[in-house]
Amino acid sequence: MTGAPLLEARGIGKSHGGVVALRDVSVVVRAGEVTCVLGDNGAGKSTLIKVLAGVHRPDRGVLLVAGEETRFASPREALDRGIATVHQDLAVVPLMSVWRNFVLGSEPTRGFGPLRLLDRRRAREVTRSALAALGVDLRDVEQPVGTLSGGERQCVAIARAVHLGAKVLILDEPTAALGVKQAGLVLRHVARARDRGLGVVLITHNPQHAYSVGDRFLLLERGRVVNSHMKSGIGPVGPAAGMAGGAGAALERELRGDAG
Amino acid sequence: MTSPGPLHRLAARPEVGALLGAVLVFAFFSVATERFLSPGGVATWLDDASALGIVAVAVALLMIGGEFDLSAGVMTASTALVTAVLSTRLGWNAWPAPAASLVFALAVGALNGWLVLRTGLPSFIVTLGAFLALQGVNLGVTRLVTGTVQVSGMRSVPGYESAGFVFASTVKVGGTAFPVSIAWWVLCTAVAATVLARTPFGNRVFAVGGAVEAARAVGVPVRRTKVLLFMATAGAAWLVGTINILRFTSVQANQGIGLEFQFIVAAVIGGCLLTGGFGSVVGAALGALVFGMARQGIVHANWDSDWFQLFLGVLLLAAVLVNNALRRRVEGVRG
Repeated sequence: MTGAPLLEARGIGKSHGGVVALRDVSVVVRAGEVTCVLGDNGAGKSTLIKVLAGVHRPDRGVLLVAGEETRFASPREALDRGIATVHQDLAVVPLMSVWRNFVLGSEPTRGFGPLRLLDRRRAREVTRSALAALGVDLRDVEQPVGTLSGGERQCVAIARAVHLGAKVLILDEPTAALGVKQAGLVLRHVARARDRGLGVVLITHNPQHAYSVGDRFLLLERGRVVNSHMKSGIGPVGPAAGMAGGAGAALERELRGDAG
Repeated sequence: MTSPGPLHRLAARPEVGALLGAVLVFAFFSVATERFLSPGGVATWLDDASALGIVAVAVALLMIGGEFDLSAGVMTASTALVTAVLSTRLGWNAWPAPAASLVFALAVGALNGWLVLRTGLPSFIVTLGAFLALQGVNLGVTRLVTGTVQVSGMRSVPGYESAGFVFASTVKVGGTAFPVSIAWWVLCTAVAATVLARTPFGNRVFAVGGAVEAARAVGVPVRRTKVLLFMATAGAAWLVGTINILRFTSVQANQGIGLEFQFIVAAVIGGCLLTGGFGSVVGAALGALVFGMARQGIVHANWDSDWFQLFLGVLLLAAVLVNNALRRRVEGVRG
């Protein structure tokens, strides 16, 4: 792996009114790799992604985008630099159709000036093709997102971020509250985004999920990095240790089964 | 997951209940009374529906965007008063006076929206305040200027002929005079429906009403979208106020009170959810039509108009129940 990482944080420190949320945390996100951030509730995972996504400014340390030191003034600025965040709950608008959700905020138009109309045909086509490119099989882009399963909703949000030109995808607990089959579906599409050359930050408290797609692992505990390693350096015993074998095996099957 | 059929799809459209209601009410009064279907009868209920429908379609957009406006009813009187005072007391021409009144309406609408978004308070409360304040200003200013509670004399204002032609004339169709307000209503409905379904702005209206955080997360300008919706509602109220002052040539300071709920009722009958994010402009127009047909139909049937309120109450409850069932289907309960 050569060249500067897509996104890198060095020695990040962040306090919230005297409470230290992060202390000297470094993380690297490379193209075509999945960096997993693990940890319990309160370990600092969400603070870290908020720093990466431009929501919080770090008190200490630096952010580098493609090797260049950067300070984000807002999430919008991070988005403009190709860093997209897909949040666990607020990814989609349930009452709106799949295609309306997909183009929301960057709708294709036709016509001129004040008479610009939403190009609905193109919006539907774009939605269909972008979903298909990530291997999401939705027969009907007209249906409300609310009728999709939780996993499918995450996939729509991920596909949207990829379509909008994200280079780095930050996924906040995308598999929380999902069953094994649904989680497998989401992770499969995470893997597909990675294979398309995106850098992915996967936040999870489930080591099994992290291990199934991750290349780098960062274990946070009370705001500090307690373990950081590459996948090659450590066997499946590493982060996946202690997982119930049955569920893990089922997940592996789910991932392998439809990965082609 | 199977793709739902066209019939299923149709049944999930928000305006389907209002369409059914309109057909039923139309059929009932057509059979039950003789005058209802006569050209003169049709003109009365279309006229009634148009005054309601012009604002109801804007209110529908606002409700889909997740907000209420309780000041829209009184605004129809405020705007008429501004026009009347400027032209009959200060001698303004009948064109710049309504133009100034429109600026006033848009400013109040913008203020409503700004306050709601700035304070984070429910728009129900903020616009209730605006409703009371406008009501007070209407009475207070009118009494100060005229010494009475009405402003009249619009007919002798310069420019009245041409302004009246645009906003308050009638068009003869087969010997029956149809008020031009019906055309304004159709135009407003067409514009609002196009904006909602076929523009990026419309897409964002659904989003800010359906899941404001999700909308913000993908870069939708939430504040601008909602403020524009409040301004559109005030603008629609201005249109009705202008039509009224030019048609009746006088305005009572206490007019318009209670209309705000009729707008909301029409929008809800038309399929708008009280919680936002779902609804239909055409549905709201149909809701106003049901309203007008029932109100005038009861008159044509020589019934006591008290029964209209009962009918309205039952209709509203039925509409809310249907909407809720629809919403559950659309939102789904799958994990």
